[in-house]
Amino acid sequence: MNLNFLDFEQPIAELEAKIEELRYVGSDSEINLNEEISRLQTKSRELTESIFSSLKAAQIAQLARHPQRPYFLDYVQRIFTDFEELHGDRAFADDKAIIGGLARIDGRPVMIIGQQKGRDTKEKVQRNFGMPRPEGYRKAMRLMEMAERFELPVLTFIDTPGAYPGVDAEERGQSEAIAKNLFVMSKLKTPIISTVIGEGGSGGALAIGVCDRLLIMQYSTYSVISPEGCASILWKSSDRAQDAAEAMGMTAPRLKELGLVDTIVSEPLGGAHRDIDATAQNIKNALNDALDHLTELPADKLVDLRYERLMQYGNYTEQ
Amino acid sequence: MNWFSKLLPTRIRTETSTNKKSVPEGLWAKCNSCGAVLYRAELERNMDVCPKCSHHMRIGARARLDLFLDEADRIEIGSELKPVDALKFKDIKKYKDRLIQAQKATDEDDALIVIQGKVKGEAVVVAAFEFKFMGGSMGSVVGERFVRAVNACLEKNIPFICFSASGGARMQEALFSLMQMAKTSAALTRMQKRGLPFISVMTDPTMGGVSASFAMLGDINVAEPNALIGFAGPRVIEQTVRETLPEGFQRSEFLLEHGAIDMVVDRRDMRDRLASILSMLTHRSVA
Repeated sequence: MNLNFLDFEQPIAELEAKIEELRYVGSDSEINLNEEISRLQTKSRELTESIFSSLKAAQIAQLARHPQRPYFLDYVQRIFTDFEELHGDRAFADDKAIIGGLARIDGRPVMIIGQQKGRDTKEKVQRNFGMPRPEGYRKAMRLMEMAERFELPVLTFIDTPGAYPGVDAEERGQSEAIAKNLFVMSKLKTPIISTVIGEGGSGGALAIGVCDRLLIMQYSTYSVISPEGCASILWKSSDRAQDAAEAMGMTAPRLKELGLVDTIVSEPLGGAHRDIDATAQNIKNALNDALDHLTELPADKLVDLRYERLMQYGNYTEQ
Repeated sequence: MNWFSKLLPTRIRTETSTNKKSVPEGLWAKCNSCGAVLYRAELERNMDVCPKCSHHMRIGARARLDLFLDEADRIEIGSELKPVDALKFKDIKKYKDRLIQAQKATDEDDALIVIQGKVKGEAVVVAAFEFKFMGGSMGSVVGERFVRAVNACLEKNIPFICFSASGGARMQEALFSLMQMAKTSAALTRMQKRGLPFISVMTDPTMGGVSASFAMLGDINVAEPNALIGFAGPRVIEQTVRETLPEGFQRSEFLLEHGAIDMVVDRRDMRDRLASILSMLTHRSVA
């Protein structure tokens, strides 16, 4: 089994393996296998298209957590220039699960803040698997308030399983750190654009996700609780995560349908990791569009519109 | 059943039958902390605080509001708001059925009750969570009632007090429930802008999406003794760190020590203490 492919992609993996094999044989023999190879390539693409055209919510959740999925820093180097990372919450520590700093997008200066998972074991530990502690959220808040003072738009990138559920995080006030960010972001006098690039895990995601425009990658998820968590509470068994993923409507198209996200950023066939450059360009275009629109609005109007936007969330009847 | 009750529409009939059910309620209660057997009437006089060990038992939203507010001039806010199942959410049970079940069990439409009234003569808006309604979970109705409570304060220029008792966001409303965290927190920015006090009282338990939004945003954060307050549940943390948690972890006194709350206040003193605090914040003399 090829580990670069998810379980539901195994038929594609097998075809790709066959193509590789033929290439290898073809390179040191007289027989011309090019025709056969291109036939198989077409078949592989068709197969991928057919598999990806009918993905289940749980499969999209797998893609959002794909080990090769591009992380915040992979996009930073492709979308921005002159990135200067700014460290620390000025009170306790520098949380490496949240990265922030100044950068330019097509020459325009902005404040960027994103959650970062680790690629290898060492980095995973260093980044705490993308699960921020209170100091991470407080660093983010410090940078947002700075952005407001210097009239820089804030671009946040969400990719976290959730805020860190640990003893130290509780001791230092995880709840307060998240709550304070919601409070500050909802009145920040500068545009905020949030993009869910991987996993949007609950309050830990929302704590950098109160915004004027919410973008979500085609194969990303955003939910109030992980499907495993939801299943173990409501179904009393984490084996029912697939059902929970489906029921919660955590995928991009479903969230768009429900009016909870503004824009879906498309990914290449097979997911963002198949072509990171192209994906980054798609994100960049979407960010520029949103920036063009939002920077035209006066700050007070922007904050009023954001408030209205927040107030309309919810479903109820009045009798 | 006699011929007359047979003629009545079903709804009215159900009401009489629930009235009957409440009659044989226990005369005695047991303290779930020290195990003392208590005469229920005496326990109620003591605001559901164990007279033997001062353990604060969970208390319903209506009872809480009744204890806290003056008897005169009460107006309920947002009772016209009813929950809907927009996602057609179904786990083992349908969300719709869970709602009906919770509504029957509590006689409330949702988990937050808001009353505009007075505390020792000073006009306030007070909200209280009904924990028995789906664990006091925050869905759209809770969020909207909270916002209407804030709007009433803004309109009347009066303080806001919220008694929280909640497991967090209501999963059956999925991302809509998460967004209530942002919605309620945003509303509080208007209170601050207008210089109106918001006092958050955290009671057992105040967890997850509720603690990580408005509950921690009080000008003054208060907790009842020994209430469980935190972001992640103790079981989740235990699974993450794979060690048993220290005694008293995530309890009110722990939060006080770590600087997350201003004070721990006994339920029996709550009305006096908060009235006194409010009178100072609003520059009034004590009534």
